[in-house]
Amino acid sequence: MEFPALALLVLLPAGGAGIVALIPERRRDLILPVTVGLTMLPLAVALWILWEFEVGNGAFQLTERVLWFEPLGISWNVGVDGISLLLVVLTAVLFPISILASTSITKNVKMYMVSMLILETGLLGVFVALDLLLFFVFFEVTLIPMYLLIGIWGSENRVYAAVKFVLYTALGSALMLAAIIWLAVVAGPQLGGTTFDFTRLLDAELSSGAQLWLFLAFGAAFAIKVPLFPFHTWLPDAHTEAPTAGSVLLAGVLLKLGTYGFVRFNLTLFPDASVRLAPWIAAIAVVGIVYGAVVAIVQPDVKRLVAYSSVSHLGFIVLGTFALTTQGIQGGVIQMVNHGLTTGGLFLLVGMIYDRRHTREIADYGGLARVMPLYAGFFLFTAFASAGLPGLNGFIGEFKVLLGSYLSLPVHAVVAAFGVVLAAVYLLWAYERVFTGPVTKEENEKLVDLNAREISILVPIAALIVFLGVYPRPALDRIEPSVDVILERIEAQTDYDVPRFGTTAEIDLAAEGD
Amino acid sequence: MGYLWLVIALPLAGAVTLLLFGKRIGEPGAGTLASSLVGAAFLIALVGSYDFITGSGHAEVVSGFAWIPGLGIELALLWDPLSSMMTLVVTGVGALIHVYAIGYMHGDPRYGRFFTYLNLFIASMLILVLGESFGVLFIGWELVGLSSYLLISFWFEKPSAAAAGKKAFVVNRIGDFGFLIALMVIFAEVGSLSYGTVFEEAAEVMTTGTATLVTLLLLVGAAGKSAQLPLYVWLPDAMEGPTPVSALIHAATMVTAGVYMVARTGALFELAPFSAGTVATVGAVTALYAATIAIGQRDIKRVLAYSTISQLGYMFMGVGAAAYVAGMFHLVTHAFFKALLFLGAGSVIHAMSGEQDMWKMGGLRRLMPTTFATMVIAWLAISGIPPLSGFFSKDEILAVTFDKGGWFVVLWVVGIATAALTAFYMTRLMLLTFWGEPRWDEGVAPHESPRVMTAPLIALGALAAVGGFLNTPFRLGRLGAGLEHFLEPAFEAVEQAHLPAAGTQWLLALVSVAAAVAGIWYGWRRYVERELPAEEGGVWDSLLAGYRVDDLYGRALVLPGKKLSEAAAFTADMKVVDGAVNGVGALVTRLAAWLRPIQNGLARSYGVGILAGAVALVVWLLASGGGS
Repeated sequence: MEFPALALLVLLPAGGAGIVALIPERRRDLILPVTVGLTMLPLAVALWILWEFEVGNGAFQLTERVLWFEPLGISWNVGVDGISLLLVVLTAVLFPISILASTSITKNVKMYMVSMLILETGLLGVFVALDLLLFFVFFEVTLIPMYLLIGIWGSENRVYAAVKFVLYTALGSALMLAAIIWLAVVAGPQLGGTTFDFTRLLDAELSSGAQLWLFLAFGAAFAIKVPLFPFHTWLPDAHTEAPTAGSVLLAGVLLKLGTYGFVRFNLTLFPDASVRLAPWIAAIAVVGIVYGAVVAIVQPDVKRLVAYSSVSHLGFIVLGTFALTTQGIQGGVIQMVNHGLTTGGLFLLVGMIYDRRHTREIADYGGLARVMPLYAGFFLFTAFASAGLPGLNGFIGEFKVLLGSYLSLPVHAVVAAFGVVLAAVYLLWAYERVFTGPVTKEENEKLVDLNAREISILVPIAALIVFLGVYPRPALDRIEPSVDVILERIEAQTDYDVPRFGTTAEIDLAAEGD
Repeated sequence: MGYLWLVIALPLAGAVTLLLFGKRIGEPGAGTLASSLVGAAFLIALVGSYDFITGSGHAEVVSGFAWIPGLGIELALLWDPLSSMMTLVVTGVGALIHVYAIGYMHGDPRYGRFFTYLNLFIASMLILVLGESFGVLFIGWELVGLSSYLLISFWFEKPSAAAAGKKAFVVNRIGDFGFLIALMVIFAEVGSLSYGTVFEEAAEVMTTGTATLVTLLLLVGAAGKSAQLPLYVWLPDAMEGPTPVSALIHAATMVTAGVYMVARTGALFELAPFSAGTVATVGAVTALYAATIAIGQRDIKRVLAYSTISQLGYMFMGVGAAAYVAGMFHLVTHAFFKALLFLGAGSVIHAMSGEQDMWKMGGLRRLMPTTFATMVIAWLAISGIPPLSGFFSKDEILAVTFDKGGWFVVLWVVGIATAALTAFYMTRLMLLTFWGEPRWDEGVAPHESPRVMTAPLIALGALAAVGGFLNTPFRLGRLGAGLEHFLEPAFEAVEQAHLPAAGTQWLLALVSVAAAVAGIWYGWRRYVERELPAEEGGVWDSLLAGYRVDDLYGRALVLPGKKLSEAAAFTADMKVVDGAVNGVGALVTRLAAWLRPIQNGLARSYGVGILAGAVALVVWLLASGGGS
């Protein structure tokens, strides 16, 4: 058997949690550095996986399969493909950064770090799981530590936000669990017995009516997680109340559980329903793009503003997914990574100023660019990346999504493009109010600019933002074959034909191959 | 031509270096470094253009690397006469303005940062003009928007400067919305964004309707960047930026990007005569409209800002009439004389300790002889007095427009009227600033600017004076038609408009010179008097406020937009959507409270429940046919 890299990847953080739990209370000062060190291990494994990953191969790689419970066909069945690879790396990158950004946590630090590490296991597990029950378990495992992060270390209204987050997402999960069990028990026997094995269930023949209900049940869980309009209201509350690291991981990774789920499961298990529902889901996504942006403009709270901008940006991902074109889905997948970096970056930045001033109200600031020029520079840079400035990462995904959606869903794409205008409005207006003009509040006069720790948090994110903006090819080359696998499946199982772009598209694509 | 990348890389390297070490390098090192890099880029471009000048060159695609696979966007450059001409203008005028800024920005606490942004702008603009695809064009397009934003709000502690920067970016984004959709349609139709493929295939793939749609959308983008109606409103406010910025970005180069794009995409506009006519009409209307507003401005930079909008209108007229060479010709001469006018105005503002109100100037001609002399050249050039540069280029546009006949004759009339107004408002500017009695505020002691600032003025003055001979329509032997031959290879694939016969040309030139002379004469008579006209109240107030279009946009778009946003955020989202969520939560809680007595822990009541359930089940089974 090959080296079980994925098992190691998923279990390292959980093991780390055990180590952190053993640190004696009198050495509290060790907790944070040790945790940072422990999160470097899964990062190293993730980078090794990135290195080992074979480019040009759309199938699952580094797969491991160990049967756990035969009568029910449950197994430890994991693997990565182009869809999950970069999300695994993103997760592994964001954890050490988030923990480094948690110095302001003083209450019960050990439990905080244990929660973070359990969360990491859950998130990594979700992206590599190829067994539906395993996926569901990891999907749910992420809920508890996030509930604790918001509910214990959050701000004033934390309990309300935490309960809302858990109940809302659990409601969606319940529907998904029912659908998973139905698949295993009812569709499984077609394939020779009850099974939760995702790769095998792909071969099950599902009637078009069954697909519709199963799609909606899975879709409910994912739509709430993304969140799609109108299921989004838990998000601004969770974001505003969560501690910085919670917000970073929530926006950076947790929301992608929804968009990832749509691509991984809905498109593949229920191709017929996907084709039928695509224009509708895409329409909801487009409403979310515009709605999230419009609502973001006037938010008085910076964190709420960024939260609503997430609703808008994630709309692009879902639009691209249900455009059902190579470019659209690819754009959506790369946008998952890019949004994690830019919005994660914005939440880190908001956290840094919150640590200094303990307020998130835009009105409490003004003129900060003079007092904290470096901070202002990083903020503006990240804001422009988020607003989709070409040359920075945010542009790549949105541009691909827009071009990719136009042929299958032109009206959707045109309306979505307006979100790009609105992004400039809410980000630059917020920047104007927080950073420009004279310093109007005395408390802001003596603010200290970024320190070395904060710079070391932001520099890797900024570097990735530039790298993926200027040279996205290595990322896209890894994503594309797996997207093609999904689309080929849809074409084979339905009468849907992926729209081809123009007359020369195929020639161009062929030329790029070499 | 692999070294073409250096042209972009040099200013980009300058920007990165100055971003990291600008403060340490300090003054004047940062300015010198930035200027020399742009100068070096100019020299490289000049060497690369040599073959085009001798007529032996041919267009070349310089490949880079695949940027976005799947969209087929390669970071490749196109070196042809059109891009080489733009590169020369951008780096040449750019270098002069960099040098000027060494003096102008003297003493600014963020001196190094200023040159960071200036170099970033040059690099971005070069990406825009050198790109070989709509994709690369769009990178440059957005990056110049970024540099423009950074430079307009350079003095960000002034709320008006910060607001102006944001306004510029947002209004440009509205234009980009059109541009972006144009790219979607092009990509859907052709499957590529590369110029070569698109222009070659467009005629076969696109119907007239599609081509019209695409080109009108491109026009929306061009109107944003080149400040044409109705998206011009950001440019007057952009004057909040330091004056070298106004000269370089908001007069000579960036704002001409829209004109460049129309010329570059001539192959598409050719398929859509309606769009081409629309471009020309938008240009003509904007030219006249902005010229009338320029008449009523009191701030010297705002006169020039509206003048720029008006002159860009002429360029749109030219390229819309398929007179690509004429349009590009005016782009070049305008870069010379308008950069000169802005730098001259900057020199005046510098001398007047920051005063920009012309009503508080006057009598400066003896105190600032170099500024004055060079400004006179620019004044006569923009007014269209032969043989200065503006005359030839503007006249060529007007002549070609006239020759197209029909609707275009109307545009020609508009162009002539604009010419008269231009001569008038420029005369007003010159007389108010340099003639008459001093009307300075107390403590203002005007003086000529330092050499580092006047040297670029002199260089630009020379160019503004003789630049017209790049392409005289009158075919003055060997001198004439240089630019036309130079640009020929870039436009050989598209049908171009022609100049009318020589006799008509002379007649038309006479009319436009007459209009210019009339404007100057009236302006001279009106403002040379010791007692200046009041110019207050009524129509003057309206002109000063630019017909209150900003108010109108504010009331018709910004305010309702904000209201909508507030309604969405605080009513729809908080009360309706989230209200429903919390409502469901409350309902469940209440339902639970209501059901709780059932869970009373008494076995007999559970028994009753089970019995009732069983009975109900049996009844239901019987009713539905006994399960058969």
